[in-house]
Amino acid sequence: MSIAPAITGPALSLQNVSRYYEDVKAVENVTLDIAAGAMIALVGLSGSGKSTLLKMINRLVEPTSGRILINGELVDAVDPHVLRRRIGYVFQNIGLFPHMSIARNIAIGLELAGEKTGHAERVSELLDLVELPQDMADRLPHQLSGGQQQRVGVARALATRPGLMLMDEPFGALDPVTRDSLAGEYKSLHERLGLTTIIVTHDMAEALYLADRIIVLEAGQIKADASPKQLLSGQVGPEAEALVAIPRAQAAHLSELGKS
Amino acid sequence: MNMTAWQDAFRRVPELLAAHVQLSFSALLLAMVICFPLAIWATRNTRVAGVILGFASLIQTIPALALLALFYPVLLGLSALLGGGISALGFLPALMALTLYALLPILRNAVTGLTGVSPAARQAADGLGMTASQKLRLVEAPLAAPTIMAGIRTAAVWTIGAATLSTTVGQASLGDLIFAGLQTQNWTLVLTGCLASAGLAIVVDIILGVIERAIRDRRKMVAWSGTAAIAAGLLFALLPSLQSSEDDVVVIGAKGFSEQFILARLIGSRLEAAGYQVRYRDALGSAVVFQAVAAGDIDVYVDYSGTIWTNQMKRDDRIVSEQMIEEISSWSEQQHGVTTLGALGFENTYAFAVRPEDAEGRSLRTLDDLALISSEFVFGTDLEFLERPEWATVRQAYPLAFREARSFNPTFMYPALSSGEVDVISAFSSDGRIAANGFVVLEDNKGAIPSYEAIVLLAPDRGTDQKLRSALKPLVGRITVENMREANYKVDRETDKQSPAQAASWLDDIIRKGDGQ
Repeated sequence: MSIAPAITGPALSLQNVSRYYEDVKAVENVTLDIAAGAMIALVGLSGSGKSTLLKMINRLVEPTSGRILINGELVDAVDPHVLRRRIGYVFQNIGLFPHMSIARNIAIGLELAGEKTGHAERVSELLDLVELPQDMADRLPHQLSGGQQQRVGVARALATRPGLMLMDEPFGALDPVTRDSLAGEYKSLHERLGLTTIIVTHDMAEALYLADRIIVLEAGQIKADASPKQLLSGQVGPEAEALVAIPRAQAAHLSELGKS
Repeated sequence: MNMTAWQDAFRRVPELLAAHVQLSFSALLLAMVICFPLAIWATRNTRVAGVILGFASLIQTIPALALLALFYPVLLGLSALLGGGISALGFLPALMALTLYALLPILRNAVTGLTGVSPAARQAADGLGMTASQKLRLVEAPLAAPTIMAGIRTAAVWTIGAATLSTTVGQASLGDLIFAGLQTQNWTLVLTGCLASAGLAIVVDIILGVIERAIRDRRKMVAWSGTAAIAAGLLFALLPSLQSSEDDVVVIGAKGFSEQFILARLIGSRLEAAGYQVRYRDALGSAVVFQAVAAGDIDVYVDYSGTIWTNQMKRDDRIVSEQMIEEISSWSEQQHGVTTLGALGFENTYAFAVRPEDAEGRSLRTLDDLALISSEFVFGTDLEFLERPEWATVRQAYPLAFREARSFNPTFMYPALSSGEVDVISAFSSDGRIAANGFVVLEDNKGAIPSYEAIVLLAPDRGTDQKLRSALKPLVGRITVENMREANYKVDRETDKQSPAQAASWLDDIIRKGDGQ
């Protein structure tokens, strides 16, 4: 692997992808092309299928039908564990290994890849990247705050220099201040590293802030696919409008309060 | 209690402790080898978990002693099926029973520990691209380790305790001291056995507890030190058995009463004088001991003609004693390759004994007299008499119908008669306590009870051992019932008790004097 500062993430193609649980259609016939280096937000209410759709990309969930390609290669061309090692994965419950030091948590991907050397240097680099102090390396996860833990989660996902990042409500469990700063920092990381990122969120404000393209899902189907600007202009359909209405109303209310 | 009794008892501890540790550790290790794959399987399949845990719980409801006893016929059958070669006595049945007994705590804790790993950690492991085995090694096993360790700890304490029972299937353990002490009312011996096994259990529990906490707190140094302590203890316990190079050890069997212990020591001292190393297997059940000599698990022991006649040969006809021994000799040789070396010269038959005042007051002289009033009497027997064919024969000959029948360890049968807890006992005719208590033996006027001449039996590959035969031949026909009674009484009496070895040496002196040496 090169130590070049910028990596261009892959392009993705989802073709007629469905996932059924008995008679429940979690995801139904989704077709989506994602450009290399894009930051996509999957937005929807609970049970809309956004998380299932994300997990089918790294095969934590297998599709009932349809094809998924990364840079033109089918995801099931290789074993699931081989595929997943190439993709960064961050999720709401973080899942740091409580018995391992922060350094080992971050370097676990390198360990799995069989890289024997350079762990310490890479850990140090990643701690800088997620803006954590170097002396965190020797601590155990339970000694860190929630925000710090999720920074470690991001660092762990980036350790093997994946081009594609899948993020499942990554900042959902954090307090609003931490959440906002972490989202901002991640956005700049995404740009600096030239990643392709797909982020699942139920928070439209977060999606509008982070993403350059927003997919709105309802009952497993795409109801809207638009840029933040298009969404805010209110011309992409009622489902999207309902979600955008909330942050818009909040913003209006806040600005009213400021005036009075 | 005097100091030499304690010294005598403690002298036996190292060897038995070594056997005890070897057995417990092997059982624990085997249980772990069985449990870990099962636990992993169970965590991947809840139906499997239900079946496996249910089975392990079921085993736990079987008393340990019964579980040990059950493996004897199972292994005997297995050995017959495979054409021999499997020893049904000693280490193997003990190992299997204790292993089964250790399964539940290890299995339950391993399943609890593995299923208790947080879903987030599992999801992270999958998301990072761990294979199933990497996930197990790097995430699940380390996180479940403290719980698994707690299960091993519980199993270790149980196993060390239950291992004392393996004496009954002929495996040496600290239980040898407890059982032998109980039979001869040697409380020093019982206490020594208890202290040693309880001490072992406590020490192991403490060390495993330290390891368990160290794993939980992730203090690797402490965990490794604890493991090193266990390893050192194990090595120390194994030293005695590693040192003794066993070229030609003769294993002498004995059933669970004083006379058997004394005769075993008498045989042992003669064999040692002839240059053999000897080992004792005390307190074997009388049902297993003949199979044991036939299988070569023990090399020599003393049995009684009537026992072989009724229990092994299933005969219920009555013939004269000399002819009976001849028939036993040819039967055991032909059927089992077991050699009958000869009769020792005394008989130890079942003798129905009553208190002298009852014999006088109710004019009891024979079993017929007893039958007339048996509905008023409580019958005290040893642990096996009521199940033996002799009892069935006696009941056919005399219409005995006791008010109640109670089984005792032979040691407690005599005091029960003197104290009036029971009114008649199935005593042993060579027991010194009959005369010492003034008990009256009722005559078997119909000759229902067969003759019980003490005979020396040799395992198949010892029958041709001329050196061994000539070392033991001088004992044949040399022990009178009076001398045997006196030797038994030295061990059985309440005060000034002697050890079976001391009584054996007294008996040996008498025999040598008789030989004119």
